[in-house]
Amino acid sequence: MLSGVAMDTAAQGRVFAPWNDPDEEPLIQFRSVTKRFGSFTAIDNLTLDIYAREFFALLGPSGCGKTTLMRMLAGFETATEGTILLEGEDIAGVPPNKRAVNMMFQSYALFPHLSVYDNIAFGLKRSSMSKPDIAARVDEMLRLTRLERFARRKPHQISGGQRQRVALARSLAKAPKLLLLDEPLGALDKKLRQDTQFELMDIQERTGTTFVIVTHDQEEAMTVASRVAVMDDGRIVQVATPAEIYETPNSVYVADFIGDVNIIEGNASRQQGETIRIHWAEGQEPIVGTPSAPIAEGTRVHFAIRPEKVTITAQKPAGRANAFAGKVHDIAYLGNISTYHVKLANGQILKAQAANNQRIDRRSFNWEDPVWLSWTDTAGVVLTG
Amino acid sequence: MNIRRLVLIAVPYLWLVALFLIPFVIVVKISLSDTALAIPPYVPTFDLSGGWDGVKSYFSQLDFDNFTFLTEDDLYWRAYLSSLKIAVIATVATLLAAYPIAYGMARAAPEWRPTLMMLVILPFWTSFLIRVYSWIGILSQEGYLNQLLLGLGLIDQPLKILNTNLAVYIGIVYTYLPFMILPIYATLEKLDQSLLEAAEDLGCSRLSAFWLVTLPLSRPGIVAGCFLVFIPAIGEFVIPSLLGGSRTLMIGKVLWEEFFSNRDWPVASAVAVVLLLLLIVPIMLFQRNQQKQQEAEL
Repeated sequence: MLSGVAMDTAAQGRVFAPWNDPDEEPLIQFRSVTKRFGSFTAIDNLTLDIYAREFFALLGPSGCGKTTLMRMLAGFETATEGTILLEGEDIAGVPPNKRAVNMMFQSYALFPHLSVYDNIAFGLKRSSMSKPDIAARVDEMLRLTRLERFARRKPHQISGGQRQRVALARSLAKAPKLLLLDEPLGALDKKLRQDTQFELMDIQERTGTTFVIVTHDQEEAMTVASRVAVMDDGRIVQVATPAEIYETPNSVYVADFIGDVNIIEGNASRQQGETIRIHWAEGQEPIVGTPSAPIAEGTRVHFAIRPEKVTITAQKPAGRANAFAGKVHDIAYLGNISTYHVKLANGQILKAQAANNQRIDRRSFNWEDPVWLSWTDTAGVVLTG
Repeated sequence: MNIRRLVLIAVPYLWLVALFLIPFVIVVKISLSDTALAIPPYVPTFDLSGGWDGVKSYFSQLDFDNFTFLTEDDLYWRAYLSSLKIAVIATVATLLAAYPIAYGMARAAPEWRPTLMMLVILPFWTSFLIRVYSWIGILSQEGYLNQLLLGLGLIDQPLKILNTNLAVYIGIVYTYLPFMILPIYATLEKLDQSLLEAAEDLGCSRLSAFWLVTLPLSRPGIVAGCFLVFIPAIGEFVIPSLLGGSRTLMIGKVLWEEFFSNRDWPVASAVAVVLLLLLIVPIMLFQRNQQKQQEAEL
């Protein structure tokens, strides 16, 4: 136990968080960048710093501007207003073929007429690298992505997962300062996607390249990224580590976009110490929550709580700050866990999750069972935005 | 094997037998016959009334004399070589003219593409013969082209274009241009634009991306277009006889003259059979190209 604690603190000491270090120079800086296509504003006055060796995820629904942001980094689009700096230098006038930035395309964009080997060598052959060096580099890339056996095949002769690895190897071959990944795992099935996510993280760590990944899959962003930027309508709503995004979303949009959540709207009462009371329905006890910043009396707030933080019991639990009685309305059985949809007396439905540590036939709760839902005063977040 | 499958397979074979194999066998037979002042102008003719001996004597009269004759007179092999040369040059010229057009069409806004396609096909709505005739009006000494150039002061003597090989090249390029444009356009239109972005991303300039990605990927279209122009151009008769001069030597013209001026059907048939044998090589190459392309798309 003791050694475990010691190791934890040691890890804390060199945790990777350059965004918290004021002396650290960002690799990429977006400074009030706006991008318009005709009358449509794809990126709206966006400011963002990305640091070297980061695995940075741009997350958002389709049409939120994340792909435009990435294409501006690659050089396929230019900003209408504002500047983008790479290592402190404005990259506006630099064409794609002169940037130390490579991109892995969503469609992979492998050259169908070239073998796997020649695809990977393509970028290197455009540089001033000597032939033996190119061969050595391509072999290294083939080893890194475990494609040695497929070097002579054409892209249409290998599987989707292998194609994805060729695309990755090709974009990494020139050792770019920054690698852009546009929905890199979108075409893979779920199981392969999960394996590949860990492979990507592994390769990112080994090569020390800065990765910027665009995705609409929040699970993927949470798994791979050191920081996640949640985007909506051309703006960044929140930039934070996956844990912060999940535990302390700064808005209803982020809370709702990432994972499953119960959102309850109500009026805040006067703050008492750390906690406030939220009046949310006639005849129901107010919800006790802990806001991150002081909130004025009478403010309209949203209370967000994750289903796994809501405990479901048969009897009223003692000593919980929040406890509400209800009836089981629906059960979603997911194998390892079950999500219970519980209808409270006023008709509000709340979701609660419980691990299925017993066989299904010995499940504690069934449809229409009276149950109690409870949570502590720090389990949820109070949102004003 | 069930009947339905047999019938399905039989249809194209019957078609080939009726429209290709039977006429070809007749031509081969005529090429093995001798000329005669008769209707039809060759002997022997097939006659079953003679019984088994009649059939035997019929076959004994067939010989390869006409083919030997083709090797003896240098007119024929010079005509074959000249046709080959004209077809190759014309095919290359057509390719050079068609590629930029196809490229422009494929890069045009999607709503414009059907219109552009229509414009390429539009000339087919007029008779081929009339279109070739109208080139006489353009290319002749007093033609529009010479009038224009004289009017602009670019030349002071009318150019002699009509009745030269140049006029034949112009005629072939003009006539077969759509056959080259359409297959090239088909491959360029399918080309994934992200491939060009990937090439640029990996350090290519626009021009080298074209050489390294666009051109190799449009190769199947180029090959198909070249065969579609080359194969008919080699046996072309109308264009050289209308636009070419007396010194333009093409095997199609020789063939026509043997048939209609000399009324020597057997020699004309032999010329046709040799031409077909020569064309089998490019046709097989064309088939292989098509097959490879289909396999690559799977």
